[in-house]
Amino acid sequence: MAVNKDYAGRSFAATEPYEVSRVKIAEFATAIGDPNPVYRDRDAAVAAGYPDVIAPPTFPIVVTMAASGQAIADPGLGINYALVVHGEQRFSYARPLHAGDVVTAQSTIETIKTLGRNVVMTTRTEVRTVDGEQVCTAYSTLVERGTAGEAE
Amino acid sequence: MSAVVKYADVEAGAELPPASYPVARLDLIKYCGASGDFNVIHWNERIAKAVGLPDVIAHGMFTMAQAARYVTDWAGDPGAMTEFGVRFSAPVVVPDDDAFVSIEVSGTIEEKLDGNRVVVALTARSGGDKVLTRSRAVVRLP
Repeated sequence: MAVNKDYAGRSFAATEPYEVSRVKIAEFATAIGDPNPVYRDRDAAVAAGYPDVIAPPTFPIVVTMAASGQAIADPGLGINYALVVHGEQRFSYARPLHAGDVVTAQSTIETIKTLGRNVVMTTRTEVRTVDGEQVCTAYSTLVERGTAGEAE
Repeated sequence: MSAVVKYADVEAGAELPPASYPVARLDLIKYCGASGDFNVIHWNERIAKAVGLPDVIAHGMFTMAQAARYVTDWAGDPGAMTEFGVRFSAPVVVPDDDAFVSIEVSGTIEEKLDGNRVVVALTARSGGDKVLTRSRAVVRLP
């Protein structure tokens, strides 16, 4: 099945509010093997000038994937996720996420292009607190390998 | 965690000491759970090979997290990053064996910007391949 290029430019609804928790941050930090105390110890985080434990720089992907996942899972887009690899990722941060933040993520498919046999899709996902504070923006490039040129 | 690096002490062109981070299949399973990304190519060898990969591969975001740690361990403040972007140029292949695969990260101070910000250019290698290219982090230093 071919990817539907008409989805370029399409925006998706913001996710339900996600509450960033100390437990989830600690779990994530352990999974990436990073022992930094500001991810686990509230006192260490406060001493470093933060209101609570902060999340590692790549943690926002937990929130943004829920939003971009909506796009990927949309049957009208026609992506086979097993064929998808991550091409590029970029974050622009206003500040780190910290425990207690309640945020939503809202994705837009910016471009869908064919590159040889691959389909390359770029998305932009905005992470904001429920009070409207911009926290970070995530830019993802996803590559569906070897499907371009297949019969519609 | 190292001491916090000061902007005035950083010189453009300086190389940062390289670091090596181990990854085993179990780490990918943990990362699946922690991140919510259960794409089968990160844990199922049968399907990974069926879709043309050499074996199970690490999440790109797992590799990116190692590069982030490299920068935040150097800078001393994980909240100091203002921009961070990577290109996943080759997969980190993680076979089901008892050995660890290594992700080797190195970095150079590419540029000093205004606002006490510095640009760190990063490279990561695994199994002889460059797995991250065109990778840059911008950190704000005191």
